[in-house]
Formats: sequence, C-alpha cells, structure tokens
Amino acid sequence: MRFKKKTKISSEISTASMPDIIFMLLVFFMVTTVLREYSGLQVTLPKAQRIEKLEGKRDVAHIWISKDGIVSIEDKLYAMDNVRNVMYDKRAANPRVTVSLKADQAVKMEKISDLHIELRKADALKLNYSAKLDMD
Amino acid sequence: MALKKRRFKGGEIPTSSMADIAFLLLVFFLVTTTIDTEKGLGIVLPAEGQEIEIKKTNILNCLLNSSGKVLLDKSPIEIKDISREVRKRLQENSKLIISVKAHGQAKYVDYIRVIDQLKMANATRISIADTE
Repeated sequence: MRFKKKTKISSEISTASMPDIIFMLLVFFMVTTVLREYSGLQVTLPKAQRIEKLEGKRDVAHIWISKDGIVSIEDKLYAMDNVRNVMYDKRAANPRVTVSLKADQAVKMEKISDLHIELRKADALKLNYSAKLDMD
Repeated sequence: MALKKRRFKGGEIPTSSMADIAFLLLVFFLVTTTIDTEKGLGIVLPAEGQEIEIKKTNILNCLLNSSGKVLLDKSPIEIKDISREVRKRLQENSKLIISVKAHGQAKYVDYIRVIDQLKMANATRISIADTE
C-alpha cells in the first residue's frame, strides 16, 4: 500500500500581526519611560568637564536653588531650615536617594554650605552638583 | 452608444507596508527623542558626627575667596592650573586629602570649577569644609 503524499503546507510566517507587535512595543516604551517630571526654578547651571551620569532616575531627588536663594524641592518652595525634614522623609522612603543639586552659578557659597549641613542632618549624603558639559 | 458599466474591483488598502511604517515611526522617535540625562559632579558628604583627625601632612588646603581667587597650600594659583598642581602632589603623597574651603560670598560657579579641577586630577579624597 502506498502512502498518499501529504499536501504541501505553506511555510511562510504570518506577518499580519507584525504591526500589532510593534505598536505594543511602542506603547510599552511610552508608558515605562520616565520623562522630566518637575519644571523647577529658572537656573543657569555651571559648566564642568569631568561630569558623570546620574544613575537611576527613580532614586534622584532634585533640589533647585535660584539666583535669589530660593530653595525648591520637586516644585515646592521651602525655607532652608525645612530642607532637613523634607529630605529626611525622602531618605526614609528610599535609602538609595541621590540629591541632584541644580543651583544657579551665581549662588553664594554660604547657601550651598547651609544646604550641605541640612543634607548631613537628613543623612542624605549622596550629592551631585548638576552641571553642563563644558565643550572647551 | 451606451457606455459599458465598469466592474467594481475590490477596494482594499494594502496593509503589508503597515509594519514598515510603524517601524519607521518607532526608529524616528527613538533617534530624535533626547531624554535629558542628569549629569553632574558627584560627591559624598560625610555623615553627621563622623569627623576624624587627619595628620597635618596629609592635608592640602584649598581656599576660595569671594572674588574667585584660589589659595592652594598658602600660595595663590589660577583655577585652571589646580589639576596639574594637585596631580603632582598626589604622586608625592597618595594619601593626600584635599580640603576645599570656600568663603561665604564666593560664587558657586568658581567652586564647581575647583571641584572639576580636582576631579580632573583624579583626586578621590575631597573634603568640603563649612564656610565661615
């Protein structure tokens, strides 16, 4: 008895669902990407050459200090003496928190020094002086 | 003479290029989006009450005054020359700790330039003193 030859099955991969897959990827990345959340204060950042990237956007707390010495932490204004309380809470919520300090280049060092003291009181010790890359 | 009625040929839009279009959009946005990455000079502050005594010979004092002039180990120096000088000193003594002390009226931008210079000299032990 002879076996009947099986009919040929078409061996193409269906591409009909391809756009769906790509759209899904697109939507996934759109949802998971964290863009800048805070608008902050108007500052002119200083320039530096040896700058490094800050790792992990989720572990970063931003502090702005404007030219006039106004302190803003994530879009709320605080007095300098209150920084320790705010940062203490942040540090308690996330022990890996890194402070990104966006201070205007004209800020006086006494303000920065006060902030150092506040951050030490709050035990938020990882600090990053935000700066722009100096091209020359 | 009567016109022949044309037969309707199925009106489908080809969807085979849809994937290409979606890919193209994806690639376009991937390339053009600049998620502004946080960049800056990293530093770790000492913990509260963690002051330690250091031998005087292992300290290099770096003072910054209100007009942006720097005094490195009692001699005035231009900011751009700091990295060269510090690198030289670090070769002589690898345990050297650079203590940066700024005047209260000194500008932040000068302070950042000093810290940048120290980073350029690969100085890892930087101490930041409180302003007076």
